[in-house]
Amino acid sequence: MIITSIGRKTLGSVEAFGRFWSFGLRTMRWMFTGLFRWRNWQLLMPQLYEVGNRSLPVIAITGTFVGMVLAVQAYDQLNAAGFANRMGVLLNLTLVQELGPVLAAVMLAGRVGGALTAELGTMNVTEQIDALRAMGSDPIRHLVVPRFLACLILCPILTLFADFCGSMAGSWIAVSLKDIPYEPYSYYTMDAVTKWDLGVGFIKSVVFGWVIGMVACYKGFTCRAGAEGVGRACTEAFVAIFITILIVDFFISSFSAGLYKVLYGFKSLV
Amino acid sequence: MSQKSAQQKKTANGNGAPIVELRNVSKRFGRLHVLRGVNISFERGKTTVIIGASGAGKSVILKHIVRLLMPDDGEVLCNGQRIDTMSDRDLVSIRMRFGFLFQMGALFDSLTVAENVAFPIVEHTRRSRSDIAKTVAQKLAMVGLDGLQGKKPAQLSGGQRKRVALARAISLEPEIILYDEPTTGLDPIRSDIINELIIKLQRELNVTSIVVTHDMASVRRVGDRVVMLHEGHFVFDGTPAEMESCSTPTVRQFVEGRAGGEQLAGI
Ligand SMILES: Nc1ncnc2c1ncn2[C@@H]1O[C@H](COP(=O)(O)OP(=O)(O)O)[C@@H](O)[C@H]1O
Ligand SMILES: [Mg+2]
Repeated sequence: MIITSIGRKTLGSVEAFGRFWSFGLRTMRWMFTGLFRWRNWQLLMPQLYEVGNRSLPVIAITGTFVGMVLAVQAYDQLNAAGFANRMGVLLNLTLVQELGPVLAAVMLAGRVGGALTAELGTMNVTEQIDALRAMGSDPIRHLVVPRFLACLILCPILTLFADFCGSMAGSWIAVSLKDIPYEPYSYYTMDAVTKWDLGVGFIKSVVFGWVIGMVACYKGFTCRAGAEGVGRACTEAFVAIFITILIVDFFISSFSAGLYKVLYGFKSLV
Repeated sequence: MSQKSAQQKKTANGNGAPIVELRNVSKRFGRLHVLRGVNISFERGKTTVIIGASGAGKSVILKHIVRLLMPDDGEVLCNGQRIDTMSDRDLVSIRMRFGFLFQMGALFDSLTVAENVAFPIVEHTRRSRSDIAKTVAQKLAMVGLDGLQGKKPAQLSGGQRKRVALARAISLEPEIILYDEPTTGLDPIRSDIINELIIKLQRELNVTSIVVTHDMASVRRVGDRVVMLHEGHFVFDGTPAEMESCSTPTVRQFVEGRAGGEQLAGI
């Protein structure tokens, strides 16, 4: 009894996983075949606006405050050890590699992922997606590709924006409130934060954007009937995105750190 | 005029081969066995009405015809071609020949009335803006709603939404129109307008119609043929006149709109 039930659950999740990937592949296919049609770009513009407009303010606030909190937290310890001048290193590396990408993605998931799932879920339960199919249009091309692309394109941009806000806010705390001299602060920061670090942050943000767009759209498309089904799909989408982001973040960080050591050896920052 | 139109309608002849056919179609949703080996063919140019209790699977049948649902078992054919096994690309050209009025309308919330009605035209043709606007106005006039082009679906009443959805369903001049409860939620006068429209489309453009409805007045008015779905099978197949005189209890109850002893036992 229990075994069959576990068996069925496992089979169910394997099936769902397969459906998710087939959904993803179809999206990719439409993305590339649709690249050269102006009409498809017209579908993308409003989505870019929607996603950017929704998430820009929250991401600015998150980035700013995280930068300030990092500065406040780090200062005492570093100052006691005599490393206060190098505070920017700690602050900006953390921001660029970890907090910027993760926080921007989480905010995007909360602000946009939920809204996307709700929108597509509502269209699903009110048969709008069926109507699109019945009229000979492909709902993936029409609904999923523009929303997915908007997430994929804007996640890195918003991450950079979060990095920028955090970095500015952090240096403001350091230089104005903690009286760290500006010259060494900026010198050590520039020296430590390399293209490599920016690249790792960028790759992370692209992957996170992929996860947000794909999972949010998939959950909307597969949501169950009724208002309750839509609500549940939104929650599930957010939880799935959030967990995936944290796990993927760990793997990319480990991999990139390992790769860096192999390529360039260990680099001391203090 | 209505007498005459009915006359014409009854004598209008389809040309033999069925345009849509379901062969031994079965469909389950989990434990729910909705269709249990359904066999039916729809003649070209005729209006077939499907009746049956709520939840009998009438909408499910319509969705099989344009492959919004796939049969677990059996075949679905359009003009002799298998729809259920056809490639997605071929399916598009088949679907363009259908108009589908959904039970709840299924208008796109984010688009205006005009954009909704224009949607299939914009998707599948390269006609000019002004040309499209003209067609949209004409289709909206047919359902009595010309002038509402700029409204969003949320600003319309339920009945208006359904009529806009009908305008959208006929905007590409389909050969076959599937109506899922076209008159439900409309007042009797509006219902009659829709009935007349169904008849007019059939008569003037030789459209094949499949109408799902609970509305007996509508059945009598538009139907060349009535079929009744009950527990996964068709239990009646005949003309509206034959339906009136049918003595099978399930059909009689439906025609007279009376609940039987079993159904009333729970009250
Ligand atoms: N996509 C679906 N998933 C699960 N159950 C469904 C689905 N579509 C229809 N059903 C079920 O099939 C039965 C028949 O539905 P339907 O064809 O909509 O009835 P009606 O004859 O009133 O139009 C209902 O019990 C409905 O709950
Ligand atoms: Mg129905």
